This record gives sequence, structure tokens and C-alpha cells, in this order.
Amino acid sequence: MKQRVPISLTVNGEIHELFIPPWQLLLDTLRDELGLTGAKRCCIEGQCGACTVLIDGKPINSCLYLTIEAQNQEIVTAEGLVEDGKPHPIQKAFVERGAVQCGFCTPGLVVATKALLDQNPNPTEDEIRIALSGHLCRCGAYVQITEAVMAAARETAQKEVGV
Amino acid sequence: MTLEEVIEREGYSVIGRPTPKKDGWIKATGEAKFADDLYFPGMLHGKLLRSPLPHARILHIDTSRAEKLPGVRGVVTAKDFPGILYGDFAHTRDYLPLAQDRVRYIGEEVAAVAATDMDTAEEALDLICVEYEPLPAVFSPEEAMQPEAPQLYDRAPNNIASKSEFHYGDVEKGLAESDYVREDTFETQSMKQGMLEPHACVGLWEGSGKITLWSCKSSPYVVWRHLAMGLGVDPGNIRVIQTYIGGSFSGGKQEGMPMDFCAVILSKKTGRPVKFVHTMDEVLVIGHMRHSMKIRLKTGVKRDGTLVAQHCRIIANGGAHASIGQLSIFLPGLGLNLPYRVPNVQMESYRIYTNTGFAGALRSHTQPQICFARESQIEMIAKELDLDPVEMRRKNARAGGDVTPSGFKLGTFGFLDGLDRVIEASGWREKYGKLPRGRGIGMAGSGMISGARLMSHSASSAQIKIREDGTVALMTGSADIGQGADTVLSMIAAEVLGVRVDDVTYAMIDSDVTPLDPGAFSSRVTLWTGNAVKQAAEDARKQLEEVAAQKLKADPKHLVFRDRRVYVRHDPQRGMDFASLVRSTQNRLGHPVMGQGSYTSGDEPIAVQGGYGNASPAYSASVVVVEVEVDEETGHVTLAGIWNASDCGFPLNPMAVAGQSMGAFTMSMGQALYENLIRIEGQVMNPSFRDYKMPLIVDLPKVENVHLFDIITNDPNGPFGAKEAGQGPGDGVIAALANAIYNATGVRVKSLPISPSKILSGLEESRSNKP
Repeated sequence: MKQRVPISLTVNGEIHELFIPPWQLLLDTLRDELGLTGAKRCCIEGQCGACTVLIDGKPINSCLYLTIEAQNQEIVTAEGLVEDGKPHPIQKAFVERGAVQCGFCTPGLVVATKALLDQNPNPTEDEIRIALSGHLCRCGAYVQITEAVMAAARETAQKEVGV
Repeated sequence: MTLEEVIEREGYSVIGRPTPKKDGWIKATGEAKFADDLYFPGMLHGKLLRSPLPHARILHIDTSRAEKLPGVRGVVTAKDFPGILYGDFAHTRDYLPLAQDRVRYIGEEVAAVAATDMDTAEEALDLICVEYEPLPAVFSPEEAMQPEAPQLYDRAPNNIASKSEFHYGDVEKGLAESDYVREDTFETQSMKQGMLEPHACVGLWEGSGKITLWSCKSSPYVVWRHLAMGLGVDPGNIRVIQTYIGGSFSGGKQEGMPMDFCAVILSKKTGRPVKFVHTMDEVLVIGHMRHSMKIRLKTGVKRDGTLVAQHCRIIANGGAHASIGQLSIFLPGLGLNLPYRVPNVQMESYRIYTNTGFAGALRSHTQPQICFARESQIEMIAKELDLDPVEMRRKNARAGGDVTPSGFKLGTFGFLDGLDRVIEASGWREKYGKLPRGRGIGMAGSGMISGARLMSHSASSAQIKIREDGTVALMTGSADIGQGADTVLSMIAAEVLGVRVDDVTYAMIDSDVTPLDPGAFSSRVTLWTGNAVKQAAEDARKQLEEVAAQKLKADPKHLVFRDRRVYVRHDPQRGMDFASLVRSTQNRLGHPVMGQGSYTSGDEPIAVQGGYGNASPAYSASVVVVEVEVDEETGHVTLAGIWNASDCGFPLNPMAVAGQSMGAFTMSMGQALYENLIRIEGQVMNPSFRDYKMPLIVDLPKVENVHLFDIITNDPNGPFGAKEAGQGPGDGVIAALANAIYNATGVRVKSLPISPSKILSGLEESRSNKP
């Protein structure tokens, strides 16, 4: 039961050569092997969204994803959105709009928002609510989270037209 | 007065402005380290073995097979601890780190294992053999109170874990003199705190005897005391270091838990750091939940709606341990005393031991339950007497300066201002009774303490050290649990010292370093710790003022500290840079700038069994209106609008106040409509977020339909006039929803949650009652 397999994993643009048990969850690999603890260990059944990361741009629950399945794919975590030491506009919007309280759900929400805005740069409020309906925030900052996503969408749109 | 007017009048440079949370950046980037994010070289992983039976004697535990499993480094049972009870109130203390000779609920901790990896630790649990002798169990409080019921503890006849009784005025006479008396029974459910971060800790017992616990603790000093008690060691040997906390809501992070004790004792046994992390299943099965209650409320009123007398009898399911239940069972009396003038009040409340997971505090400790009963009943009385429910509340509302029958002294109490704001903003007059069927509007009022002064340790303390670059190191004992303590307390220090919020660092709590303080609970941090911080900052400023006065040849009274400068009020050019003043003071004159402050609100004790006295230095008032749409086919309730006004005294950080207000609202909304910890014969049937349903983003109204109002009353006891904001805004929400659902459908639900099936059966009943 202790056998391990060699795999190659691309996370936040870096390639990692790892030797892991084949049943290891992507969440555990990210956290325990790579020290990327932004994805949180919470319900481990895909209900809370706190472990969300992007695989080829799509948000997935890393607690329901085997690491070996994520080979040859681009994995992005909340840590990976930071560029040149600067938080991503989405992360900035979450902070500035009061969408961060205890912060346990935040990294998952931030990457889910990235996936949403990449696919739909100008979402309606309903589209935001549906996109984030798999994320629990027990601090109850849903209104502020919605406002943060709207603000991030505006900021991203402005950047694209060069304002 | 508006927020802007107060800022202008007082010349505030920091407070009163919406300020993003200080730790927001590192939380949004995933950098913040929560307890489960800690890793130590050589660290072992621990797991707890739990009782599968609701009530049983432990005859024998055989750990030998588990110990022999490769990878297992240590196994502990109750024998590894000195057998000393720990907990809060001395007269009800009944926790042990691990069950000794008896288990009292399914999930109670019996043994623990440390292994090189989690899988091995889990495997080892299966190899521990516990021989139990099952005992008769009791699950409902009413049954447990019967003389023939199984007894959980010898010290508690009829399983009464704790009780609180008080009587002020003459209720019997008051009821006799009333024109109308109404009695209803309300039932509230068991509800979990539901914080997303499971409990986690790392324990280290060094050869020197030094014991360190890293954990997500909202009250690290309480944990520090509990560890010393349960381990039987000197508190000085123990160090509790706080990590970032992924939500608390008093879900166990406020006290010492079995995992904490096992982590350090297994570290002693193995010589390695030991980490424990609960699974979400464990979090939902173990104790720490809101008390389910049966509340019988009898109210007498005059024909015009004047409240004359209220008599309340509460039976609460306490579960298998006392926890903080003695306080829990007193606090509903607080709700009875607020927010209306009722001259005669009486309460008998009983917290009953049963063989279920134990109950304790949860955001706004027992207040939403009592508000649900009172505010639902007021609505029913108003209907019976054909009175306007808004006017009935207005007629009876308390105001600043009132003293309640049990001795609460209300400094400020902006209830009526709040009522006016939400009635006007919600369009109540145009909507109440005039909306189409299926659509309804409801309201409720409430009052809340700003920190209870009922515990043996209530006082807060703070320390400030100013560094030579002019930045400020702020230390308190009140952990940031997401509520924004780090930011609001830093804002207070920055305001006094004339620096920026970013110049202040807020330390994690470390019992070896940070000053004594009971922690984050009871809506106490902004007022109590805030006052201590203000005093500490003023102390530090005074030390700098003396030097600045000499250097600037000015009277210290004329100095202004603002925007990182110190200058003379009538001659702003005559000034100096804050950082160079600090350097002159410390590096040249040799006076390190270190301020300290503390706050308490008097030491006259109040008996938690129901005594007379002022429970808190300040009281907030809230009035909430909600509009709902009820689908009469499915019973589904859609929340269409929220109008919530709260008297927080003064919103030091309006952004955090709004966050707290909506947080409290959302949690109460969960209790009102969805959440319910279902137990059959003591077994939790829904220990998963799949089946334990908490509010989601789609359950809230759209942004434009959420309206929050800060009522500014500038309480004289608050730092810069501030009172609590984190719990009161949620207190009336359940009742407001119940009233709105009644308004929409004519169905009055008196038990929680107000599920679609209850609404549908109510509709069915009203249809069949019609000819």
C-alpha cells in the first residue's frame, strides 16, 4: 500500500517532478508536497469550494481530483495569481470591497472568479451568483463578494480597453 | 448626526473611514497560514478514537495491537492524563481530555494515536479495542428531567446541568392586571457554528517541560488555562500561539479541546511535534453547537399594547457536557430585558444533560432564539388586539438612560431611530398588508450586550511598542477571527498616535508575549479591547509628548499627532516628523516608548444563576425588516429585501461593520430557514455540508436589495463612541423572517427551521379549515 509513482505536475507555471501515492488527492499534493496551502482542506466532498484551483482554466474542487489525473494540465492556485509580487486585480477587489473576513474561503473564491471572468468578462449579477454558488462563506460576506467580483470585472475591462 | 459630521466635528483622521482588513492581502493570495497549514520537521499526525455508543461504561481499552502497527509512535488514553476536570465555571466543570470510565455521547473522545502519516494513524484506530458496557441513554431534555431517567452525572439530579432563575417586579400581579395575556411555546433546533476551518493544532512538549500549542484559537488565554488545568501543570510552562483563524463563532476554538491535550501529551510520549486536524465529519458530530430550546413565553399587555409582564420558561438541550452552559442559560434573560420596557419579568431556564453532543455558545449566544419567541409573539398580540405592530414596538421601546428591571444600565440605545430608518426605507407603510398573496414583509427588534461582564476574567489589556521607524507594534489578547479585530484595533491606535493604519502591526496572540485578555467572544472586542488599546496608545503618546513639547517649545496640551507628524495646533509649521521624535526619545534620550492600557467595567459580580446587575458596559439596538416571497406550491422562501439598522454607537470601520451586520444576518437566516443538526438516538444523521445546509450566495437578495443603516449614538463607554456590531444585527432576523412568512401566507411557524414542509402543511391546514 505504500507504492509511489513518478509524476510531472505543472503548477503556477512551474514544473514539479514528484513521487507520490497514486491515490493522492490533488489538494494534498499541492498542500503537503508543494507547500501551496492557499487551497484549503475543509469538507473533502466538493461541497464548500475552499479547495478550488484551476485546471486548464476551469475551476475544480481539488479535494475530488486525483493528482495523477492532473498531469499534462496547467494548474493554477490562488498563489499563482500573484504577478511580480503584486496581487491580481481580483484579489485586490476582494480586499478593498470587504469580501475577506476570516479568509478561509477566499483563495477558492478568487480562483473561481478568475475562471468566470476569463470566460465571461462582463457577467451579470445572476451569472456571478451562479458561478459562485458552490462556495460557502460562513462569515456571510456574500454581498461583499458579489460587489468584489463586479469591481474586478470593471477593472479588468478597463485594463483591456487601455483606460 | 451623520458619520461625516462626527468625523468633521472630531477631526478624525483614521477612524470612521471604510478600511480594508489588514490581513486581507495575505488571505486573498493564499499566503496566510492557518493551523492546518503549519508543518514542522519530524511532525507526527494524530487521530482520535470516538465512542460509537451514546452512553456506556468503559470496561477496558487494549491499545497493544495499535502500538505494534509500523508507523505508529504513540497511543494515549485517559490513563495518560491526571484525571483532573477542566472547563469554565468551577461548579459545573466536567470535561476530561479523554473519557475515563464512561462515555456520554456518540463521538466522545476515548483514545488518540500519533503516527508518521495520517493513513497509518487512521488504520491504528481500528486496532484499538474498547470494551464497553452499554448504559440506558436519554436524548430528549424533557425525558431526561424525569426522575426515572438515566443520570449522566451524580452531581446533577434530574440531569439539570445548570439553571438560572430570576424574578423582577411582580409577574403574577402584572399578568392579573393585564387586559390580554397570551402564552406560546416556541421550539428552536440544534445548529452548528459551521466555520469552514476545521479545528487543528500542533502540540510540542519539549524535554525541558515547556509545552507549546499552535492552534486556531479565538481565546488563547482560555485555552492556556484549560491546558494547565487538564494536564495538571503550571500555566507558566504552557505557551499557546495563535495561527490565522478560519472562522470561530465559538465552535470550540474558544477553549481547550481533546485534540489539544492529545497533541501535547503524544508529543511528550514521542518527542516529536504532533498535529491534529478534525475532518468536517468530526466537526459536525462532536459537541459545540447552539442550544436547542423549548421556550414557553407568557406575556400580558394592556389594551393599547403596553407590555406589563413577561414570564419565560426555557428548557434547553445541553448535551453531554456542561461547557459554558451556565452562562448560556442566563443570557436569554438578557433578551427578556431588552429592547422593551417590561416592568415585571420572570424567567426559569434549565439546561439539561442528554446523551447527545454538547451545546455551548454560537454567534449571539442564545439571543436569536429568545428574539424569535418574543418578536413572533408581539406580532401575534398586535394582531389579536388589532394594533399596528410597528406602533406597539414603538410604544414599548427602551431608550438611552433606561435601567432594566434586572439592573442593565443603558447608556445609549438607538432603537427608535433604527425603527424609523427601516420603516421608511423599506416602504413598510405601503407594503404591510398590501402586498400580493405569497409576498410578505416582517420585522423584529432586539438589543445586545457589548461584552458580558459575567466571567471571572472580563478585563482587557493592550500593549504598544513604537519602533524607531515610527511604526507601531500593537499587542492585545483578542484574536482576529475574521471579524476585523486586527483592523479596528489598529485604527484606534493609529488615530491616537497620528499614524496610518498600515503603520500599525497587529500581533498574533502568544501567551508568552501578548498581554492577558479573555479573547474574542461576547461582542466584547471593539469596546473592551478597543478601550484598552486607546489607553495604551494615549500612554505611548504621552511619553512622546513630553519630548516633543521640549523640542518644539510648546505646551504638550497644544500638540497634535496627525499624518505621521507632531505639530503645534495653532502653528502647524512648527512640528516634527513622528519617526524622528521616536528616535530622539528612544535612541538619544533612552526612553523606550511603550504604552500599556487596560479596560474593565467594575468588579461588582453578577450571579450567573440570575443575579441583579449591569451585564455589560453598553448595549446595542437593532431593528430589521425583511421582505420575502413564498412559493405556495413548494414552500420555498425567497428573500427579496433586507433593511437592517443597528446602533453600533459609532462605526469605527464602516466596512467591517457592514461585513459583521451581513454576517450576523446570514447566520440567523440559516437558522431560520435551512439548518438543523438532525440526531436519531444520539447519532448525527447529517454530518456533512451535503446534508447540513448553510446559506449560499444565491440565497441572499441581490446587492441593490440589501440596505444597512448605522445608527450613530456615540456611547460614552465605547472607544470613540463605539459599541458592538457583530452579533446584534442578527438577533431579530429569525423572527423577522417568521413574521414575513406569516404576512405572505397566513402561516405562523413556531418551530425552527421554517422548512418548506412546515409552510406547506400550514397552508394545507388553513385550506382545510376553510369551509
